[in-house]
Amino acid sequence: MLQTLQISGTAALAPTLVLGVTALLLLLIDSIDPEESSSALLSGVATLGSLVALAAAGAILVATGGEPQSLFQGQLVVDGMSLFFTFIFTSVTTLVTLASYDYLKEFRYKAEFYTLVMLAATGMTLMASSNSMATAFVSLELASLPSYALVAFLKNNRGSVEAGLKYFLIGALSSAVFVYGISLVYGVTGSLQFDAIASELGNTGEGLVGVLGVGILMIIGGFAFKTASVPFHWWAPEAYEGAPAPVSAFLSSASKAAGFVIAFRVFTVAFPQSTVGVDWVLAFQVLALVTMTLGNFAAATQENVKRMMAYSSIGHAGYVLIALGALTGSANQAFVLGAGMIHLVVYGFMNTGAFLFIALAEYWGVGRTFEDYNGLAKQAPVACVAMTVFLFSLAGLPIGGGFLSKFFLIAAAVEAATIGTYVLAFALVINSALSLFYYSRVVKAMWIEDPVGDFEVGGYPTGLYAAIIVAAVATFLLLPALGLFTNVAVDAAASMIQ
Amino acid sequence: MLVELLLAACLVGAVVTFVAPDRVAGKLALGISLLPLVGALYMYATFDGSGNALFGGATMFGENVAWLDLAGYQLSYHTGLDGLSLPLVVLSTVLIPLAILSAWTPIQSRQSQFYGLVLLMEASLIGVFSALDFFVWFVFWEAVLIPMYFLIGVWGGPRRKYAAIKFFVYTNVASLVMFIGFMTLVFALGDSVSSFGLPAVTQAIAAGNLGNVAGVAGSTIALVSFVLMFFGFAVKVPIVPLHTWLPDAHVEAPTPVSVLLAGVLLKMGTYALLRFNFTMLPGVAQDLAVFIALLGAASVIYGALLALAQQDLKRIVAYSSVSSMGYVILGLVAYTQYGLGGATFQMVAHGLISGLMFMCVGVVYNTTHTRMVGDMSGLASRMPYTVGALIAGAFAYMGLPLMAGFAGEFFIFRGSFASTVLPNNGMALITGVAMFGIVIVAGYLLFAMQRTLFGEFFSATEYDVREAAVHDVAPLFVLVLLIIALGTAPGIFFEMIWNASQPILDNVQSGGEAAVESLATVLGGVR
Repeated sequence: MLQTLQISGTAALAPTLVLGVTALLLLLIDSIDPEESSSALLSGVATLGSLVALAAAGAILVATGGEPQSLFQGQLVVDGMSLFFTFIFTSVTTLVTLASYDYLKEFRYKAEFYTLVMLAATGMTLMASSNSMATAFVSLELASLPSYALVAFLKNNRGSVEAGLKYFLIGALSSAVFVYGISLVYGVTGSLQFDAIASELGNTGEGLVGVLGVGILMIIGGFAFKTASVPFHWWAPEAYEGAPAPVSAFLSSASKAAGFVIAFRVFTVAFPQSTVGVDWVLAFQVLALVTMTLGNFAAATQENVKRMMAYSSIGHAGYVLIALGALTGSANQAFVLGAGMIHLVVYGFMNTGAFLFIALAEYWGVGRTFEDYNGLAKQAPVACVAMTVFLFSLAGLPIGGGFLSKFFLIAAAVEAATIGTYVLAFALVINSALSLFYYSRVVKAMWIEDPVGDFEVGGYPTGLYAAIIVAAVATFLLLPALGLFTNVAVDAAASMIQ
Repeated sequence: MLVELLLAACLVGAVVTFVAPDRVAGKLALGISLLPLVGALYMYATFDGSGNALFGGATMFGENVAWLDLAGYQLSYHTGLDGLSLPLVVLSTVLIPLAILSAWTPIQSRQSQFYGLVLLMEASLIGVFSALDFFVWFVFWEAVLIPMYFLIGVWGGPRRKYAAIKFFVYTNVASLVMFIGFMTLVFALGDSVSSFGLPAVTQAIAAGNLGNVAGVAGSTIALVSFVLMFFGFAVKVPIVPLHTWLPDAHVEAPTPVSVLLAGVLLKMGTYALLRFNFTMLPGVAQDLAVFIALLGAASVIYGALLALAQQDLKRIVAYSSVSSMGYVILGLVAYTQYGLGGATFQMVAHGLISGLMFMCVGVVYNTTHTRMVGDMSGLASRMPYTVGALIAGAFAYMGLPLMAGFAGEFFIFRGSFASTVLPNNGMALITGVAMFGIVIVAGYLLFAMQRTLFGEFFSATEYDVREAAVHDVAPLFVLVLLIIALGTAPGIFFEMIWNASQPILDNVQSGGEAAVESLATVLGGVR
């Protein structure tokens, strides 16, 4: 048995602090000479900062064994769950900042871009650690506000600005809904801290259950926005399509995971199914089914690769929602949550990789439709191999971790052993089969079709290539090495549920 | 451990070939593919395993390493070879170098990618035949699809895109159906298994642990799983009426890929049927024997009739594969030692023979640029060696004694005539009908050969028809020699197959699979 260390106080928040300090540092560097900032320096500092945060999260997880550490009178908690998700956020951030080095070369305001990314990442890690409705809301806003600006980063591009505006309006609406839900829950229970809410639930008067239920539904709405699930999903196709592709990668992987971690914590700690008296499990079952089906069917009809990936991202949100929909009384709750966490880890790499490939295509000036990808493999075989790994792994073929993580979700649904979860398991299988159709269209275009005109790729950008290859190797290795994460995830979920 | 070395050689070789320049890729891939061949021959020479891997027999050359924990189930990386899988591993490793050699002439673009994918497929094939844990097996099973999709889609004929996606979708949907079937079975076993290991599942079923799940009787679950898995594998075999992807895939695929498709990929289906359906659920298989036997006979006759109607040499060979695979089904369902053994032997024999036929057709096509029977005649005078090999292959197909096809079909017939799974000699009757397929085979092969190979030389296409290069003809003769060797000394493989199929029959006779015994009554009600 490893000696578990006590990492006390703010030291446990090291990953968050590192990310926040990096953001400030980037601003400082930029203020020295705003016109001449070196992209290598900015990208390097951002990447290094997120790598250090990644290492810190891993080190704390190993050193403490995920022992919960309460901070600021219980407003924040650092435990296996938060560290596990910090690992996901920082991995994605590292890949994105690395890839942005090439993507941003021609743009102004590079430092602002990296600063916003780091601030959003800071907000996400805080979301993972939030242990009260107040910190949850504040950190959610900290993660969201920079995201709006990032989506609209291409100031001269109408699509980007429009996407940013839509994202912002829907974000504002759902934030309002979310905070109203919080106020209702506060009105019923008189507390904001998750464990305090749970202990007050037993004393709720009969007449207040309805108010509580409405509050919970509104809170679900807030999460649905952040995870791009039904009913607050419509911003996603616009935002992912209009945003610069590295930002799409960041939002669809990290931001989605952030939505899920706080949903996991709120619904298992604050509103445990056994005491709450409101059947939110059923709500999540319905949402999961609708979200995955809608996402996949919409993705199948797209002509634009980035938009297809956006809908696919909605579909995957539906898969992960199974982790909440299968939290029935009979289920092994830790395993069910763990399955969702495992899928998010794998998704973090394969989806980020796929969007970064799109970023590479944008960098080359390749068009946006499937046809524009025709024959790319002739000129960039290595990147296309990586993209093939991402797409087949997303589809659930055993070429990457996506196959196994989907199976964990199926097993979780079957294990919960109710009609609703059986339906979810079945729907996941059907949707995966369908998804192979649209993912393989990209593969077919890249490898099998002949190029339309004579197109030359413009160079092989180091940063983008490095990020894509790292993501591909990680996706592939997660097939044999998923065991490194499975027990950690299930243990983290178990210790949070207690 | 040796299996892992073979896999590593193929995978590393695939990567190396993929980045190698096109110029040297063919030779490089050939050299790399000789490593697994040597390994497989060494395994064959030193093999002294016994029994059936699924019934706790002594397997060899594998590994068993814990992989993942999954809600109380332990996934392991578990491989190993027994008498049923070793012959198929040898078959794969023999056919791949020959296929690579036969690709030197027709594959003239993106060679390094082509040969890299072939080696990737070899790794997957070895994995399919050696995996003993369901998940490992499924990973390899699905992984075969990916290189195959590209091999057909990129290097195929005019309708390659259609054929590739049809192959991909058909077989992937089939895999999912089969996956659901197997998972149902495992979950119905409840706490009596703690892994997805194929031996563990088999033995748990044999011990009668199939319980009721959610009010559904164990026997019903066995029936449902059997049907789902049978459907999934039948697409791969393929069994009529699920064969429609095969002619498209074969005709559009480049010749070396057709060789692998017919030679090894179809055997994945029959091998899986043997391992899963017929080994794990013998009770259901026997209850459904009449349907399965009829499907087998229908494949034999219908496949042969379809072949009779074709003008394209490649289509003729493709449809006759459907026909030959029907015999394998008949042998499996007979549940006699000759039947099971003959079916497995026929897998190897047909792998070699159909590989030879496709290669010969390919060489002819490379020279004449046509495959239509009516477009050429008298080839024997221009390319005597190729034609000689083609004739040898055709006779092997027809079951000429002392060639591998004869041995395989003879074992199957002997086994199914002695079978008692159907009352009133029903099995013998169905087999008798199916044997008529041989006559049709002889008919269309002799007719096609007569028209194309003999008589006055004529070619509808304007090409200089001469004997092909040495590296094109050499693999043909290697295959002819192997076919004759297996035909004259079937014991080369038959002994180990025989030993490994014994436990399957022991399990049937000891009345294992107790939970399924009541199935006859369930079905009786249905009938």
